[in-house]
Amino acid sequence: MSVDSATVRRVAGLARIAVSDAEADALVPDLDKILGFVEQLAEVDTSGVAPLAAVIPISLRLRDDVVTDGGDRDAVLANAPQAEHGFFAVPKVIE
Amino acid sequence: MTAPNTLIELGVTELRDGFRAGDFTAREGAEAFNAAVAGGKALNAFIVETPEHALAAADAADAARAAGDVKPLAGVPLGIKDLFCTKGVQTTAASGILGGFVPPYESTVTAKLFAAGAGMLGKLNMDQFAMGSSNETSAFGNVISPWRRNDGGNAPLAPGGSSGGSSAAVAARIVPGATGTDTGGSIRQPAAFTGIAGIKPTYGRCSRWGIVAFASSLDQAGPMARTVKDCAALLEVMSGFDPKDATSLDLPVPNWERLLSSDLKGKRIGIPKEYRVDNMPEEIEALWQKGIAMVRDAGAEIVDVSLPHTRYALPTYYIIAPAEASSNLARYDGVRYGLRDLPDGANLQEMYAATRAEGFGAEVKRRILIGTYVLSAGFYDAYYTQAQKVRALIVRDFEQAFETCDLLLTPTAPSAAFGLGEKSDDPIAMYLNDVFTVPASLAGLPAMSVPAGLDSKGLPLGLQIIGKAFDEQGVLDAGLAIEERAGFTARPGKWW
Repeated sequence: MSVDSATVRRVAGLARIAVSDAEADALVPDLDKILGFVEQLAEVDTSGVAPLAAVIPISLRLRDDVVTDGGDRDAVLANAPQAEHGFFAVPKVIE
Repeated sequence: MTAPNTLIELGVTELRDGFRAGDFTAREGAEAFNAAVAGGKALNAFIVETPEHALAAADAADAARAAGDVKPLAGVPLGIKDLFCTKGVQTTAASGILGGFVPPYESTVTAKLFAAGAGMLGKLNMDQFAMGSSNETSAFGNVISPWRRNDGGNAPLAPGGSSGGSSAAVAARIVPGATGTDTGGSIRQPAAFTGIAGIKPTYGRCSRWGIVAFASSLDQAGPMARTVKDCAALLEVMSGFDPKDATSLDLPVPNWERLLSSDLKGKRIGIPKEYRVDNMPEEIEALWQKGIAMVRDAGAEIVDVSLPHTRYALPTYYIIAPAEASSNLARYDGVRYGLRDLPDGANLQEMYAATRAEGFGAEVKRRILIGTYVLSAGFYDAYYTQAQKVRALIVRDFEQAFETCDLLLTPTAPSAAFGLGEKSDDPIAMYLNDVFTVPASLAGLPAMSVPAGLDSKGLPLGLQIIGKAFDEQGVLDAGLAIEERAGFTARPGKWW
């Protein structure tokens, strides 16, 4: 299937990337080409094949339920574009 | 006192051993490489230079040696790819969206290297978020390969990618070794393009903790250096179990360097017929045949094998890697770190979208959009689930091939280095660079590139060895056998 400008704008909305109409138009041929390339996978017979879960068989480890770190508020906030009163600050969310 | 211009001729283990023998001080080594880095700006290999870090590590090594304590990498300064978080030193993954980010913590791999006595010369340029094969997607400009064609032209060439700063710096001898990361070939392809060695170990050998994530089921760190032995020495320090990485392998780290042997008697080396791709230049085929003769000369038996799903590896990769990237890169929202773009009157959602539009480069946006598309409702099964099924078939191909052989030998890349700008208009043409490296990434297998010859234009070509999971030793041994026989001594003439 081929993508159009409206699809690019919808996907960019899902990905939270602002695109102008002109940018969306410019992305159409690239995305079309890439999706056309990956669509050849449809021809592979995968009946009875389970999707890969882990490339190297490992089992998830458990650890004791104890606090191992914390108390790093200032270090956590140090790179924030805007921090106030010990919190990350963002534009007003509730009107 | 050894002259500085002699010290930068030394590789990782030569520096280490010379320092141990008292031939020179660690400070002399660090000063020589700091000067080489400062003199190599035309290559644009570094985003940040950290001469003070290299000197501090050197002074600590000199003081420790005086007290009789010599650490495994004491006396060795390294370049660190900008994908590794380094405490107190800007880390951006070569993206504008992480502009000014200074990690308050150290990645496990760099922590291990520094604890072993190594110093840091600086943070190496790369493709933005490790997405690229030519180092043309960095927000800090292209890295220029130190190599030039022998046609008298001065066309700037790609150092490969994404670890292009690492490959250029090692090849130019402004660092003795460097860290790289490899998601679909980002250590091996740049190593091949610049005539150096590089190994991607088994998935899980090196902790991913503190490495800026691209595609978590594929990302692996590894060393890049001038020789196989140097790679072995660095990999030993970089590897090891880390409880902070859920997919870290809880296995002892072998003494790869000490156990190195180029005697391949009893080894069966498979030649996968599907790697003979359409339009492959004759020079690559000839190099491959040379490689086959070299490993046979080292005692190996050659067997023909088949990896029937090879041609589906790239399309599989270009679903799975962007899908994982779209998820991993969701964290860049302008709230916690890096860039924030807050247009006048914008609400929170508009701030996210403006920040991400401003901060991500074109290739990163392309991949996030592809990843978002293939994971979106209605398309998930047709793309993502199907890709994970084909990935299972690719893994099975390798398992079946390894029933009749111990290692695989292939070219690393389908061509020598291309010129900057030559492939940037067509994403698919760029992706095809990784046709030989992506399958081993999808299967999590150890694989390395070693320089094996030059093309007719005087540019390096590499051969790739792929091993069974956990058999880095076999990969390194075959790499050493090729290295000894190829006698690769070519190096770029200094123009920078």
